[in-house]
Amino acid sequence: MDFASFGSQLVQQLVNGVSLGSIYALIALGYTMVYGIIRLINFAHGDIYMLGAYVGFYATTMGKLPFFPALIIAMVVAAIVGVVIERLAYRPLRNHPKIAVLITAIGVSLLLEYGGMLLVSPQPRTFPPVFGNEIYNVAGIIVNFQQIVILAISVALMIILTYVVNHTKVGKAMRAVSFDTDAAKLMGINVDRIISFTFAIGSGLAAAAGVLVGIYYNSIDPLMGIMPGLKAFVAAVLGGIGIIPGAMLGGVLLGVVESLVSGFISSTFRDAAAFGILIIILLFKPSGLLGKNVREKV
Amino acid sequence: MNGILKKDLLMFGACLVIYAVVQGLIETDIIGPFWVLNIILICINIILVTSLNLINGFTGQFSIGHAGFMAVGAYIAAVCTVKLQLPFIVAILAGAAAAGTLGFLIGLPTLRLSGDYLAIATLGLGEIIRITILNIPYVGGASGLMGIPRYTSFTWAFFATVITVFFIKNLINSTHGRACISIRENEIAAEAMGVDTTRYKVLAFTIGAAFAGVAGALFSHYFYIAHPASFTFMKSFDILTMVVLGGLGSLTGSITASILLTFVSAALASYPEWRMVIYSLLLIILMLYRPQGLFGNKELSLKMFGRLKGGGKNGSANSN
Repeated sequence: MDFASFGSQLVQQLVNGVSLGSIYALIALGYTMVYGIIRLINFAHGDIYMLGAYVGFYATTMGKLPFFPALIIAMVVAAIVGVVIERLAYRPLRNHPKIAVLITAIGVSLLLEYGGMLLVSPQPRTFPPVFGNEIYNVAGIIVNFQQIVILAISVALMIILTYVVNHTKVGKAMRAVSFDTDAAKLMGINVDRIISFTFAIGSGLAAAAGVLVGIYYNSIDPLMGIMPGLKAFVAAVLGGIGIIPGAMLGGVLLGVVESLVSGFISSTFRDAAAFGILIIILLFKPSGLLGKNVREKV
Repeated sequence: MNGILKKDLLMFGACLVIYAVVQGLIETDIIGPFWVLNIILICINIILVTSLNLINGFTGQFSIGHAGFMAVGAYIAAVCTVKLQLPFIVAILAGAAAAGTLGFLIGLPTLRLSGDYLAIATLGLGEIIRITILNIPYVGGASGLMGIPRYTSFTWAFFATVITVFFIKNLINSTHGRACISIRENEIAAEAMGVDTTRYKVLAFTIGAAFAGVAGALFSHYFYIAHPASFTFMKSFDILTMVVLGGLGSLTGSITASILLTFVSAALASYPEWRMVIYSLLLIILMLYRPQGLFGNKELSLKMFGRLKGGGKNGSANSN
């Protein structure tokens, strides 16, 4: 491989990586917000993403809706499901050992996957083409229209999220709860409502990611959420779990690394790369790239 | 000391009787091939579940990558018998040693983590092991290692199970086991009392991994094939469900749960989705209403039955 073609392939993989990474970032945001607020790895998050993809699929095929209404319906439905899951499965266990909640989360995740299989059959569905399949060739780099849409919508959602968290009253309450739940309660913040709100936002973002992936890869199935869910968690840890910009950075970085590994080494090692990153980051900087080290108190 | 030995011998005698009865029923074809398969699966599951319980339940280190170690045992043992023509017992020991060594190497760095970070790290490592195997052409890659002779019989499976359970039971009742339990109860307090927490965590992890290797060896030598798809994290979740159902920290609970859930999945063999839906609901409902599992960290024992009848006064059950 000569240098020029190596260079162009590198840039090509970077382009693919950024569009894949923005999907991871959207899912990772939900993980990171939920973890920041109740210290729970919500294993079911990846399955909310799958649910979003299916709602989007039914809205576009049966409902004959155009892209944006379908996207919004998927986000709303997923948000409601996320809130219901929190209310039924996680809230009763809030003062239990962490492991009990973690096992419940694994249970909810399996329930969504296999319950989903029962409801919609395990066969993959083909997502209808919502956008034209124009391909732009910019100096030898191939960019298709869907990648641009994914990137644009992800960035827009992240900007909205950042605005909500940093400049609204609810956002302030979220930050307060995540900083110190008890103190926030004493200040008159309705902690339960804020937690529900966090689940709603996180699930909505995951559903958006699901619809975008459905459009990008054309195919959805009930188990599609497992791997992206785990990888988005890796992305959240990579950026520093509980930190919103960290999730965005981690997601994009992970997407780029994965694209490079599958482009230059072998696509079968793609999944191993993500977990390798996880182990390395946990061993050397468990607080993540943007995290601060916190000393554990007795 | 003598009392314990006597009790152990008594239990061992009881195991021999069970073995003789079941083996007799198999020999006379009263138990058909379908049930033999399930009995062997029960044995393999008991090995997996008790060894995971040693890590998760007794030492309190939440690992969900057990299928990875099982895979290592399955493949190493299969390589020993298929490629090197070694006898089965050597293959089992080699599988256990390989899985144990890997458990040691992985445990040493990752057990510094705790709680859900450890859970995710072990899940990731289990997947890395599987993906690595998938990429080794020597052991068949994605299509799996085929042509493994069927050496696993009820005898092998049963005695491997008995040895595992006795080993883990005696380990838990020893100084080392008590140190492991103290880590579960309160790591910082254990450290303050002079327990070398890292050492015992790695010890429990290594032993648990080695027994998972034994289970893997039995598994691959029963089904003629070692396939990467048999060892995904779904398998780990299966094992985890059994551990949680039986009770984190109860060996008899693990055994009961293995038997129960193996029968449930045998009954639902033609409805795989329902099986997982039932497993998942079981996990959620257990956590909501009985987070300690069926038996909590108590052991089922004859003493307990005595108490039920109003006989024994101190019902503190401590061994099976």
